[in-house]
Amino acid sequence: MTLKVFVPRDAGAEAVGAGDVAAALAAAAYRRGVDIEIVRTGSRGLYWLEPLVEAETSEGRVAFGPATPVDADGILDAVVGGVGHPLTLGPVESIPWLKRQTRLTFARCGIVDPRSIGDYGRHGGWQGLSRALALGPAGTIEEVVQSGLRGRGGAGFPTGIKWRTVAAAPGPKKYIVCNADEGDSGTFADRMIMEGDPFMVIEGMIIAGIAVGAAQGYVYIRSEYPHAIAAMQAAIEAARHAGYLGEGMAESAHAFDLEVRVGAGAYVCGEETSLLESLEGKRGVVRAKPPLPAHKGLFGRPTVINNVISLATVPAILADGAERYRDLGMGRSRGTMPIQLAGNVMQGGLFETAFGVTLGELVDDIGGGTFTGRPVRAVQVGGPLGAYFPRALFDTPFDYEAFAARDGLIGHGGVVVFDDSVDMARQARFAMEFCAIESCGKCTPCRIGSTRGVETIDRIVRGEGRDEQIAVLTDLCNTLKFGSLCALGGFTPYPVMSALTHFPEDFGAAPERLDAAE
Amino acid sequence: MPAFTPWSAERATEIIASEAGREGALLPILHALQAAFGYIDRAAEPLIADALNLSRAEVHGVVTFYHDFRSEPAGKHVLRLCRAEACQAAGGDALVDHAERRLGTPIGTTTPGGDVTLEAVYCLGLCALGPSAMLDGRVVARLDAAGLDALLDEAGP
Repeated sequence: MTLKVFVPRDAGAEAVGAGDVAAALAAAAYRRGVDIEIVRTGSRGLYWLEPLVEAETSEGRVAFGPATPVDADGILDAVVGGVGHPLTLGPVESIPWLKRQTRLTFARCGIVDPRSIGDYGRHGGWQGLSRALALGPAGTIEEVVQSGLRGRGGAGFPTGIKWRTVAAAPGPKKYIVCNADEGDSGTFADRMIMEGDPFMVIEGMIIAGIAVGAAQGYVYIRSEYPHAIAAMQAAIEAARHAGYLGEGMAESAHAFDLEVRVGAGAYVCGEETSLLESLEGKRGVVRAKPPLPAHKGLFGRPTVINNVISLATVPAILADGAERYRDLGMGRSRGTMPIQLAGNVMQGGLFETAFGVTLGELVDDIGGGTFTGRPVRAVQVGGPLGAYFPRALFDTPFDYEAFAARDGLIGHGGVVVFDDSVDMARQARFAMEFCAIESCGKCTPCRIGSTRGVETIDRIVRGEGRDEQIAVLTDLCNTLKFGSLCALGGFTPYPVMSALTHFPEDFGAAPERLDAAE
Repeated sequence: MPAFTPWSAERATEIIASEAGREGALLPILHALQAAFGYIDRAAEPLIADALNLSRAEVHGVVTFYHDFRSEPAGKHVLRLCRAEACQAAGGDALVDHAERRLGTPIGTTTPGGDVTLEAVYCLGLCALGPSAMLDGRVVARLDAAGLDALLDEAGP
């Protein structure tokens, strides 16, 4: 009997040696005359356990991790010979960290072979597409509207409403663009899905194409993600070969095709209008809105531009019905959010759960505190443009509106944990510096304000007229917030002002304010 | 380590022609040129402008807008260290200091002998396993000073 073993090919797992572990397992099996099949999956998202090796047994898949090449023989002894092994984690599905999640978008990630279109179909793939074809374009859009799905890229705009606008826009040619320019530090959900379940992204884009009447789609992937680029390209090729792309795709009257486009290291291209400019072959300079991309998007045509996770969630919504999705979550944040725990965190990785979990639960309980073992001092939620929250705000529930009410944002769902060695003035300075490096240069507040921001923070830290300079910085942040064309300039004030508000002692505050802050 | 072809206008013209028919062809062309030659030679700009009916200024503007496109060849190896927040939280800044000392060159430059180009990258998406780096396209995570030394020793400069 062939022994089936699963080792991730996810970039995160590869970066800690998954490829070497897979090779060692193959060699060890050969030495023992064990017939082995090694399936290279996506990651389950439990990164502190990577490389996580799984073996198929009569009791389901059992896991071992974090594995190194020298563990290969021991793992085979454990699986084939029933001997104990120190890295044994038991049945994968019973690992508490995985068990307490609600995996809808990530249901298949880490389980299926991302290079196998057959595996995708056997694990529930294409059911959303079948339902979309049965419902027709208007019915499909209605289902997405009813699900309450909001754009997972960060802005949180209702996906169904966007689709409805594009469907209603007149024109012979429309586009679907998948924004896979996941540049926010602390986020990797898009990367994981593209590497671990790429056919779901394709299925979501096909459904969008049918719904709004578009025949061409682009997946714009950042160049920093070579593994995701390879996975998406291979999946598109396989889908085209299997008849899911092209003329009369999926045995329907529709035509839809897809192409991967690679970014070139510009963070601002994650902003949708800048991404469209880049796709057109121009500098990634932000466009003024209106016109909205839904009316005049790629090459001036009506365009649906959605984040990877938004599109990847659509097949699950259609397959299981809008109600099941809408019934999860809190307030106006419906469904689940793939939250990414990152930075100085003990148990970092991807945790998909219904909206409403508190920041404290995420960091202390699920994340297990810091990797360094020191106290958590600050967490940045929502990427480089997200606010820094102190422990005092750890009761904030993960919800678009709850974070906004506390001058923060959930963005793309990244949570970066910092221990007590962090210098918050330095983090605030970095936010301005990053904005200066990445500014597209179109609007003055962002282009020039960011550089003035760095200088002003330097003066505050040096103690040169601290109170006056804080007033200047506050005023500058207001200008950036209200005067910038896009979220790069508009949201850079979040990390800066939150650092200043919650951690004034790092900016040379008087001792009494230090007491007040703690 | 990728092997690059020396600059050739003839080869560049072929590459440009093979990509020029696509919608929004400029970025695919620039990526293809850089994949072939290791950088975008200034002499490629008028060739592209001709093929796409753009001005040379427009092409130059695009080449210089994006961080990825090089105007001159990189070192034999390219080491990219993540400097974004998640890696900062995990000790990324100390790793950058170590790399600069070991290579004797500041980040954003190439060692005098042309062995290693040391670059900053803002996020490789390995944020639960920081600090992370990319050496010639290979990703490495949970990197410390000893790990970085081993990586550079292995690369051979």
